[in-house]
Amino acid sequence: MSAPARTASRTGASLETRFRATARSEWVKFRSVRSGPAVLLSTAVVLLAGAWLICHGYRDGWATMSPAGRASFDPVFMSLRAIEGAQLFVGALGVITVTGEYTSGLIRGTFIATPQRAQVIALKAVIFAAVVWAWCTLLSFAAFFLGQAALSSPAKHVAIGAPGVLTAVFGGGLYLTAVGLLGLFTGVLLRRTTGALAALFGILLVLPEALGLLPGTLSQHLAEFLPDNGGEEIFHLLHGGLHGGEYTLGPWPGFAVDAAWVAAAAAAAFVLVRRRDA
Amino acid sequence: MIEARKLRKVYGRTVAVDGIDFQVKPGHVTGFLGPNGAGKSTTMRMILGLDLPTSGTVTVDGRRYQGTVWPLHEVGALLDARAMHPGRSAYNHLWALAAANGIARRRVAEVLDQVGLTSVARKRVGGFSLGMSQRLGIAGALLGDPGTLLFDEPVNGLDPDGILWIRTLMRSLAAEGRTVLVSSHLMSEMALTADHLLVIGRGRLLADTPLAELIARKSGERVVVRAADPGRLAADLRVAAARVTTEPDGTLSVLGLESRQIGELAAGRGHVLYQLRDVTVSLEEAYFRLTGESVEFRAPAPVAA
Repeated sequence: MSAPARTASRTGASLETRFRATARSEWVKFRSVRSGPAVLLSTAVVLLAGAWLICHGYRDGWATMSPAGRASFDPVFMSLRAIEGAQLFVGALGVITVTGEYTSGLIRGTFIATPQRAQVIALKAVIFAAVVWAWCTLLSFAAFFLGQAALSSPAKHVAIGAPGVLTAVFGGGLYLTAVGLLGLFTGVLLRRTTGALAALFGILLVLPEALGLLPGTLSQHLAEFLPDNGGEEIFHLLHGGLHGGEYTLGPWPGFAVDAAWVAAAAAAAFVLVRRRDA
Repeated sequence: MIEARKLRKVYGRTVAVDGIDFQVKPGHVTGFLGPNGAGKSTTMRMILGLDLPTSGTVTVDGRRYQGTVWPLHEVGALLDARAMHPGRSAYNHLWALAAANGIARRRVAEVLDQVGLTSVARKRVGGFSLGMSQRLGIAGALLGDPGTLLFDEPVNGLDPDGILWIRTLMRSLAAEGRTVLVSSHLMSEMALTADHLLVIGRGRLLADTPLAELIARKSGERVVVRAADPGRLAADLRVAAARVTTEPDGTLSVLGLESRQIGELAAGRGHVLYQLRDVTVSLEEAYFRLTGESVEFRAPAPVAA
């Protein structure tokens, strides 16, 4: 009514200032709870410990490995393999970033302050993706170097400058970011933590297994179009026949499959969040 | 000013709000009164753009809430005091809301001070009592210094000090010329706080009236008489077509005649009266007469033994 605050910010009601205000609010929310740092720290432990243990195991077993086994051994993938576990942490963080707000009822306060709901979800996703991408890319590099050091001689190992390696190591961070975003948008769609976690883990873990029960090569072709299998292509160095002959898409087309899943979940989330009662 | 026109909300088969029209005017505390499930919260959520009306419109200062760019400067609301992230501090909870509407940090400190939470500003809200959460929710409503304020059941769970504080706050906000809408199912609270009442039952508006008028209209129907000879007076009153009940102490409770008529009748027949007064109906009684037909989940009347 009387305070200067009222007129001061109403004058600058351009789209850009509105976006900036929403982004700042979402950033304050992201960094002011402990779950974010806690989960990201757990991700680091899983990735680094995983790289060290898996690669050590292969170096110790290298002498007894068959020539075929040695040929299909992917040193980059093995140093990043713990991503398959870490993705559950990152995906869960994506889920609770949204469902924490829905289950506490805070989402109403958020939408009262910012009725532009799609904008809230979009900027929440952007901030989440930026933080997770930066952190997970850093961890991906750390896991790579740790893994290569653990492999060393006599096992096969590669330098960061070797062809395709940089793509794969960057790919580790990208893949985890995509899984996190898939979790975030699943959270918007289902609004409840348990339901969204079940759906996300179902897509990441159960669906590939279920497809494996289908007869013949059908399962293999379909499986490539799951976010898990398709997306993981990007942090492999060897593709197609070279690592067991399973998947043939290659790094970027594989990641495109992953991105398409995220985009589909995002599209559904944006439509629903505007239509639904909050 | 809040204005609803033919506002209706249907969830599945349940009609929560059934085409209501009302205006909430500035400068008064308007009480939104009705039993649980009457449609108060649904209406408030529609005012705030959280639930979309099935049909009809509701506007604040002539605008739909969803179209507002910086809504906290126009409308402040307390819906559910527990709707906060338990791990976030009181300060950060308010700072996130303030940041979303371009409100300065110093304003966060101001409202924390206003509601008396400065000393616990850095504490996590998960450890707050309900009363503290209510205060924090009110601080959030005051952040943007809005011209319109909505409070949904603000005194729930508060101690007497807290209730008095909220009552005083709401009255002073209205005195500053703001529009204040307070919902409650507690009539005693509304009687002390509100100037104007919207009474709602089963999604329909049952009354839209100044509080004093509602009570006045429902009063004066019953008259209490104490007389030297209540038995004879009762008989005389019944002859005059009044309905009379006699209390154990001999007091007569009369329906169907005004106190003036009773006085004249008593004088004509030579009765000695000790007392003759109109019974002022409490808001509670007025309210029950209005909502008697519209209570959604009513306990069956106890069977007389």
